Amino acid sequence: MLSVSKLSIDYGSNRVVSELNLSLGESEILMLVGPTGCGKSTILQALAGLIPISEGEINLGSWRATPKLKVPPEKRKVGMVFQDFALFPHLTVQQNICFRLTDTSKADHWIKLLGLEAFRNKKPATLSGGQKQRVALARTLAHEPDFVLLDEPLSNLDAALKDTLRWDIRNALKDAGVPAIWVTHDQEEALSVGDRVGVLKEGIIQQIDTPERCFSLPSNRFVARFLGEASFIAGNCEGDIATTDLGNAPAIKVDHDTAKVDVLLRPDDIHLIQNANSSNGKVTWVRYEGGSRLCAVKLACDTVVTSRVSHEVMVRPGDAVHVSINTTHPLAVYAA
Amino acid sequence: MRIPASYPMALLAALLALVPVYILITLASDATAVFDSHNLKILGNTLSLMVLTVIGSILIGVPLAFISAYVQLPFKKLWLVLFAAPLAIPSYIGAFTLYAAFGPGGEINQLLGFETPPMYGLTGAAIVMTLYTFPFVMLTTRSSLLSLDASMVNAARTLGMSMPMSVFKVILPRVINGIAAGSLLVALYTLSDFGTPAMMRLDTFTRVIYVEYNAFGLSRAAMLSLQLMVIVGFLLFIESQIKTASERHGRPLMLFPSNSQKLAMLVTFLPVLLLAICLPLAIFTLWLARDGIADFDFSIAWNSAYASGIAAIVAVVVAVPVAHAALSGKVGRIMERVTYFGFGIPGIVMGTALVYGGLQLPLLYQTLALLVIAYVLRFLPLAVGSVRTSTEHLDSSLIKSARVLGASPREAFMRITLPLTLRGIIAGAALVFLESMRELEATLLLGPTGFETLSTYLWRVYEAGYFGRAAIPGLLLVVISACGLAIMLSGEKRSQLEH
Repeated sequence: MLSVSKLSIDYGSNRVVSELNLSLGESEILMLVGPTGCGKSTILQALAGLIPISEGEINLGSWRATPKLKVPPEKRKVGMVFQDFALFPHLTVQQNICFRLTDTSKADHWIKLLGLEAFRNKKPATLSGGQKQRVALARTLAHEPDFVLLDEPLSNLDAALKDTLRWDIRNALKDAGVPAIWVTHDQEEALSVGDRVGVLKEGIIQQIDTPERCFSLPSNRFVARFLGEASFIAGNCEGDIATTDLGNAPAIKVDHDTAKVDVLLRPDDIHLIQNANSSNGKVTWVRYEGGSRLCAVKLACDTVVTSRVSHEVMVRPGDAVHVSINTTHPLAVYAA
Repeated sequence: MRIPASYPMALLAALLALVPVYILITLASDATAVFDSHNLKILGNTLSLMVLTVIGSILIGVPLAFISAYVQLPFKKLWLVLFAAPLAIPSYIGAFTLYAAFGPGGEINQLLGFETPPMYGLTGAAIVMTLYTFPFVMLTTRSSLLSLDASMVNAARTLGMSMPMSVFKVILPRVINGIAAGSLLVALYTLSDFGTPAMMRLDTFTRVIYVEYNAFGLSRAAMLSLQLMVIVGFLLFIESQIKTASERHGRPLMLFPSNSQKLAMLVTFLPVLLLAICLPLAIFTLWLARDGIADFDFSIAWNSAYASGIAAIVAVVVAVPVAHAALSGKVGRIMERVTYFGFGIPGIVMGTALVYGGLQLPLLYQTLALLVIAYVLRFLPLAVGSVRTSTEHLDSSLIKSARVLGASPREAFMRITLPLTLRGIIAGAALVFLESMRELEATLLLGPTGFETLSTYLWRVYEAGYFGRAAIPGLLLVVISACGLAIMLSGEKRSQLEH
């Protein structure tokens, strides 16, 4: 089992990752998300032993690495999937996958599973992006690593490919039963494929939890905004009930215990009614999403909240509408 | 901090490269006069020749690079080989044959009846040097051009910019480093070349140094050499300031010319081929027909190839650690710079220094080993540059990838770095081989007694005035060098298949 404690990484005098703690369960997939430059790729490089660490410890059980105690990458039993695939251009698909295998039969399983049979003897240059990443994944898994690191494996691929390959990668990792850390900047990817999600900002972990808890109970406003559409409305919170202009709802205080709070509202927490007798807001923009529409509504107090309605509801910018909180699950509230 | 594994070997190479410099300084400290009016004239001649040659090489090399990289022509590869071929021909062969062909009483006058302007002095030397060095600029610029993605030019053109304007505003600024790198090679080559100015009777540093050496003015020759090396040092400094920005490789531009444009290109650049390749071959063939194979000793050819082959292998073995050192840190880069000294030290000076050094070490004096050392010291930068470029282009995630798959640094080097940079290594070896084959001046001084090579034989024939005997060694030099060029080009072709 991989456990990381108090890991810090510096580039020169610049601290890019500080005091990272995490542990990885058996065959668990941990998604690391964050904006560009938050240090997520740096963490992977450090875990693989490709860059030195400044403080802390990385422990896999069979080895332990600290700033003093260096373990070279080849001794870490790590697998890594790179953003730019990193296939060896002078070797065929088969030779790439069997790079350090004496028993090449192990590769056959992955070649078959990932649908690479037809490309066995091709050079990487002749493959498409999706095929290249499958080869890279097959190469990694065929070498039977103790844990796998994926560095934005889908970011160089077409949107159409991303969706299928995302699930192919997840299924292959689960099939191999190997724990993995998967770095991405795509929040949708993070929420859907991972068993747990870690959100990074400027080298500091903001929250590590299940996708559901990260989304509905974000530890702070940054996490709330990063993982999806978020609006905040001022209100009062007594006990576990929050009172706002848009109605009342059960609440959970995430940070300090104060009476004045901001309530986190996701688009599906808000119910929108057209042609109501009494309107309390005006639609400022509408985004058609196929099966639904996302509408921004400006309230009298100038707060803007977003609401998702069925595609059958024809809302137009400028419409006067009535919005209210409509939820049974508790909402996250933050000290104002 | 951990010391990169390549450093000890690179340090050794750097120290060895400093030996001739050390010897020269020791010798020059005996010289009396530091600088006089005669010196000024030599300096003027040398710099004029250098500047004219660089300008000429850019004027010919850059348009040719553009054409060979982007313009879709029939027989593209053939044209590229033909225009790179002058690199394979020693420039003194051009000087020899152009000198013999032009002017009143020259071969052209005798054969065709009309008189042509004579080819000697500054003009003659600059023309000859340009004809044989422009491929440096063409090749470096071409590889820069090929690394550019067409999308930016296409963007400029869709924004309403004309093709020629896009070339100036979008392409040129991004290949300026490639042009500069090639120009620098031309400048360094011109500074150190001995045969061309000597045959064109132009008093440059190299020619005067040879004269001084023959007049037993060893210390004065050394002092002139040091002055020459100040210029070389300055050029090396400029070279270190050139930053090669790495762009993400993309699909290069493709241009489809009209027939009239094809004709215009042919008319403009064909004279270059005629003068640089056809004329020397024609003259040698003429002499061969006139004089026949007058008891030519073919072991001379074997001597040339043998010494050059050893030099090429040794140079590559040394170049790999030096190139890796240059890429792994500041100190390594300095050590790499130091090995560049040899390229700037004219062969005649290297010869002088090593003759002196050899006199102190009787074990080496008058041996083939000393000649090979001279070749390696002079041409190591060609191998280093070639290996370094191919290593620079190596994607670092490939090595990382091999490491996380469980390969040790050594295994990653043997299985990934080496095969992927093999092309650079082969090209480097070929370059050293080519240069050693045509090396004249150091061979004149350092060849063991009785060890005649093609180039020294050619020189003795020129000095003696038996031009007809130059036919066989001249043609052989061209043919053997062409083989080297073919090896180099096939290396490039292979790597294109892989990427």
